[in-house]
Amino acid sequence: MSSDPKIEGYKFKPGYSGMAADTASDQTMFKGVHWGKAMMWIFLLSDTFIFSCFLISYMKGRASTPVEWPNPSEVFALNAFGVPVPLLLIAIMTFVLITSSGTMALAVKYGYERNRKMCGWLIIATALGGLTFVGMQVFEWSKLIHEGVRPWENPFGAAQFGSFFFMITGFHGTHVSIGVIFLFIYAYKTFAGHYDEGKRGWFTTMKGDYVEIEILGLYWHFVDLVWVFIFAFFYLW
Amino acid sequence: MDEIKKEQTTTHKIGIYLWIWGLLFVLSFFSYMVDWYQFQGLLRWSLILFFMFLKAGLIMAFFMHLYWERYALVNVLLWPMTAIACFVGLMVAEGKYTLFSRLFYFFVGGG
Repeated sequence: MSSDPKIEGYKFKPGYSGMAADTASDQTMFKGVHWGKAMMWIFLLSDTFIFSCFLISYMKGRASTPVEWPNPSEVFALNAFGVPVPLLLIAIMTFVLITSSGTMALAVKYGYERNRKMCGWLIIATALGGLTFVGMQVFEWSKLIHEGVRPWENPFGAAQFGSFFFMITGFHGTHVSIGVIFLFIYAYKTFAGHYDEGKRGWFTTMKGDYVEIEILGLYWHFVDLVWVFIFAFFYLW
Repeated sequence: MDEIKKEQTTTHKIGIYLWIWGLLFVLSFFSYMVDWYQFQGLLRWSLILFFMFLKAGLIMAFFMHLYWERYALVNVLLWPMTAIACFVGLMVAEGKYTLFSRLFYFFVGGG
């Protein structure tokens, strides 16, 4: 393994002794990790707490109401060929998001291999997957709003259902939308060769590097990760 | 500087990503089947949690590269999750108490 560029002669040790040595050492704790990547991870950690607070308040709200909770399997059912299929749209959304997560992982890999075109097209594919996801979420929202679901009431059961639904999926959808915008920006930067030439970014003196694709990928995988939990707790439970 | 940077960035074989991708599809399919076959009660909840944690673990370990990161980073990220677990535990108890007091005062009456 290579030594940290900031500290000449620092020996990497594996496992917990390595963790103790890294943490106790000079200058930087996350050795060999780009500062932007460490910052993204810390942002994602704080985002984890926000989503956890939403899901925990949903759990507490659902557990403490004496009124029957709406059955998500029926509320989110969709008619396909005249037959109501439970959670059809949600299942498709899940598969779309996992597909886009896979293309993102491959984009990071091809980026590090300095394969500019493959990296760029895979980021475009990821962005299109994200757009499809947001589009289906818009469809789902308008369908439920037409059926009379509001943050304060709904025709299916406990009144809290609407507020938790709009809050949690809305916050997640916002994350996806922001991710799609950044995916398009980074696709442009990739195709324009900013990461091959080490061109400086717009608001930073940092030289462009394919590590930025990995940082973007971390955000996108996190969005997928949050959906795994929303799918399990909100739609399946 | 550039040489060192190139040296640091590790790429992994494409097979590992395709495997994880496929596994995520299969696991998502299984978790959808939990609803399709309308499993209920403890079986439903444990299956949902099982598939959820497996998917989350695969995404974090391989797509987000945590499996290959140094312990200094991994531990900083994973230990705070115990705080969330504690919060969940507290709110389960609180939810039960709120439900109890609602049922008691709405339907029995406080007197």
